[in-house]
Amino acid sequence: MKKKDFDRREFLKLSGIGAGAVFASSLGVFPKKLGGNSIWAAGENADFYFLQLSDTHWGFEGPKVNPEAKVTLKKAIQTVNSLKFKPDFIVFTGDLTHTTDDDKERRRRLREFKEIVQGLEIKNLRFLPGEHDASLDEGLAYKEVFGETYYTFTHKGIHFIALDNVSDPAGNVGDVQRNWLKAELNKLPKDVPIVVLTHRPLFDLMPDWDWATKDGKQVVDLLMPYKNVVVFYGHIHQENHHMTGHISHHSAQSLIFPLPAPGSVPKKAPIPWDAAHPFRGLGFRSIEEEKQKAAEIKEWPVVKA
Amino acid sequence: MSPFYFAVAILAVGLAFPNFVRGENTPRVIEIQAKKFEFTPNEIHLKLGEPVVLRLKSLDRKHGFKVTELGVDAVIKPGAATDVALIPQKKGTFHFHCSVFCGSGHEGMTGVIIVD
Repeated sequence: MKKKDFDRREFLKLSGIGAGAVFASSLGVFPKKLGGNSIWAAGENADFYFLQLSDTHWGFEGPKVNPEAKVTLKKAIQTVNSLKFKPDFIVFTGDLTHTTDDDKERRRRLREFKEIVQGLEIKNLRFLPGEHDASLDEGLAYKEVFGETYYTFTHKGIHFIALDNVSDPAGNVGDVQRNWLKAELNKLPKDVPIVVLTHRPLFDLMPDWDWATKDGKQVVDLLMPYKNVVVFYGHIHQENHHMTGHISHHSAQSLIFPLPAPGSVPKKAPIPWDAAHPFRGLGFRSIEEEKQKAAEIKEWPVVKA
Repeated sequence: MSPFYFAVAILAVGLAFPNFVRGENTPRVIEIQAKKFEFTPNEIHLKLGEPVVLRLKSLDRKHGFKVTELGVDAVIKPGAATDVALIPQKKGTFHFHCSVFCGSGHEGMTGVIIVD
């Protein structure tokens, strides 16, 4: 099927809605009509989708939590490769590896992770660090393997901004990066669609569980003048959907172990493995961007039913 | 919960405590040691209205001490104490945790302040 023949309804049918899959439409990710002049060039086909994979924690060991830790990422890669319609690109929103005090081991895990994801048929990959990758050495090893921890790119008229809220172990974006963000935003018209990718939530989801960014409100304040902004993040190992004003925030599931809902238990701890339902609570996400329409989000399991 | 339930000040060691007059109001000092991945003690009992200073010391690396409900968020650096002055004004249990990522056990580095 040629790209120009890409049909959304067929995509939804083929992507297997149902059977435990969660499909969230009309989340207000983007307004259905942007209004005014289209940000897409005339004749450009803006329909595409991308995938968000998060919190793979390569190197984690904990048989009670995930006895399949060494193969979960690889199974997810198989599932991604089996998708009939290929995403334009894939983003990894942090905690690529599990933390270690050993600098050499950290580098080994980062490099091994990078090698494993080369098994993805899609070669347009974007990476972000999580605190497990970057907080103990302020991003030093991560930068050696993956390059800059914050950056922008544009894809088919949508402006993507990757933010680093983990290289500071206290969970700040920090003055330097916020000034950079401000300068980047100043280049953009107020109605351009903006997708922010980050690891920690940019709002106070559950500060007692470290589910926050210390200067997240200052970041959101910088984004607030822009009409079409959505944030995709990881860190909390589960889906969560939240609005700060008109800006929507969507966390992704993990690919290693799920965590309990915010505040649902006295002490945060991984949800134990359920042998009757392997990989339950784990998965990845597709985000479909359709010209002049609200984006559509779908959650995928690690292994297709 | 409002931070007004406590009077809080984070002070560097050696500075005067502006909220306290030395003598009968000299605050009780409670030393809390932080190291990967625990606080000692991790359960602190205070009395309502009693001025105290939590003297935070790290035995290994940089840690944090955050009590969200009280608006306290202090950094604890090795080799220097950080003082947090408190006057409990409400009974209850207040959770604290390390707010500077310190490694694989960071998530479990927590404790409680209990005001009786």
